[in-house]
Amino acid sequence: MTREEWQFIGFTARMAVLSTLLIVPPGLAVAWWLARRQWRGKSLVETLVSLPLVLPPVVTGLVLLKLFGRRGLIGHWLHSQFGLEVVFTWRAVVLALAVMSLPLFVRAARTAFEEVNPLYEQLARTLGAGEWRVFFTVTLPLARRGVGAGLLLAFARALGEFGATIMVAGNIPGQTTTLSVAIYQAVQLGEDAQVWTLAGVSAGLAFLAVWGSERLLRRAKP
Amino acid sequence: MSDGLTARFAKRFAGGSVIRVDDWRMSARAGITVLFGASGSGKTTVLRCLAGIDRPEEGVIRWGAAVWFDAALNLFLPPQKRCIGYVPQDFALFPHLSVERNIAYGLHELPAGERHQRLTEIIRWLGLEGLEHRLPSELSGGQQQRVALARAVVYRPRLLLLDEPLSALDAPTRRRLRGELRRWLMQLGIPTVVVTHDRMEAMALGDELVVMDRGNVVQHGPVPDVFSRPTNLAVAGIVAVETVQPGRVVQLADGLVTVTVGNARLTALEQDLPSGTRDVYVCIRAEDVILMKGEEGQTSPRNRLAATVKLLTREGPVMRIDLDCGFPLVAFVTRQACEELALQEKDRVMALIKAPQIHLIPRAAPAASL
Repeated sequence: MTREEWQFIGFTARMAVLSTLLIVPPGLAVAWWLARRQWRGKSLVETLVSLPLVLPPVVTGLVLLKLFGRRGLIGHWLHSQFGLEVVFTWRAVVLALAVMSLPLFVRAARTAFEEVNPLYEQLARTLGAGEWRVFFTVTLPLARRGVGAGLLLAFARALGEFGATIMVAGNIPGQTTTLSVAIYQAVQLGEDAQVWTLAGVSAGLAFLAVWGSERLLRRAKP
Repeated sequence: MSDGLTARFAKRFAGGSVIRVDDWRMSARAGITVLFGASGSGKTTVLRCLAGIDRPEEGVIRWGAAVWFDAALNLFLPPQKRCIGYVPQDFALFPHLSVERNIAYGLHELPAGERHQRLTEIIRWLGLEGLEHRLPSELSGGQQQRVALARAVVYRPRLLLLDEPLSALDAPTRRRLRGELRRWLMQLGIPTVVVTHDRMEAMALGDELVVMDRGNVVQHGPVPDVFSRPTNLAVAGIVAVETVQPGRVVQLADGLVTVTVGNARLTALEQDLPSGTRDVYVCIRAEDVILMKGEEGQTSPRNRLAATVKLLTREGPVMRIDLDCGFPLVAFVTRQACEELALQEKDRVMALIKAPQIHLIPRAAPAASL
């Protein structure tokens, strides 16, 4: 493989890892709230979280572009407060990957939390544990395989993301070009050899992530 | 304001059923209260409300001056603030933690030295040495029960709640642990509520008995009182043993046990009495007592007691006959039989009971606070 191909692969992997780490705290929090609490507006949040799964990725990307652009609601604030540029930088790549993979993670983690018998949590409380201690010593360890499987799925989804990324981060070689975007570009330019190499790598990574995720889930069953 | 537990509450369920406790008081002194009733009578719900896992809709639960729940004030103390030890029916040991870490779960705020000392102490006391690093799935039922008990008591709760502590065990283990459990609880000196649907367990474990029927507390009192003087037919049907008297084992021979009750001597089968048992409850169901007028030669039942009729009461198709034969004894006979014998108060009769129909329940000494 050429240096350029390695660069695409390395960059995409780094971005996918970053975005996956980024979604862990909010993903766990939302999954726990959905699994363990009843509240008004719960169905609205459920729908919003899952929306990126069915919305055309290009539309999700467009929404992000409008929100995080320099004149967008969030983008303007970030720029004036911290001097941060988001769109068409690597930050936009991480943002797009995170938003697109969050639903998969939340759904998997929520199911994993729901499968934990609440009796263990209640018992921990009778032994003096507050909610944080219950979560970190009982709920999360008992749901760890399901949560781990969800993380791998989210990571796999991030590796292959295309539509939202190209909308909000564009295609700047060495700065925002991910594996999928590079494949698209190679097809456009008729560089067949590069297309097949990158497509093979991409398929291999996806296979490993889904396979690992399935293995974790199978062992999670009693 | 009294020490110990004051509970008066109602918990409603979506299906319309209501579990209600009217004015239950329990002292803060050591002692075992048995919450007794058929399955579905609401015992577990009462226990969960005391633990703070379930929240009632009405009433008050107090421990001494501390309010655990007050519907009128919209006050509810969560379980982590109540300092209770709760052992659910299937023990609920944390499956991902070793025996040692299960037991130490409630001790995380203690300094390491004291935590270690308490752990070592409890592990030795309950004979769990060598199992410290096993996972719950690698333990037998009896071992799991001891770990669950250790986890609850090492936390030094002011009230211990045990839900059917023996029901998850096989029958021989259950019989063996019945006596041991009471001994452990007595040594601990923590006031304890035990839920059970098993009559033998209730008698073997309890000092006080709270009988529940279809969501309501129907009777409350010392164990022998409730068994021998049920306040109504429903309670009588639930307890189903009319005579419960403290007795003392005086002789063991040929598989037979001789027990003194008051100034009478009774013979029973040796059954499952642990060796060295001295104090027992003697239990006799009223329908197992045969009455005879006059002295008529030999009879097969081992126990022949001269008795005086104290009281005759009609209970449906049968007559309940309260006798005095050195201790109070209740007999049921059909009304026809009662007429044929022409039984009247103050009559002298013979009460016959076969040895296998006298049930002995081993009894540890009454609760002493430590």
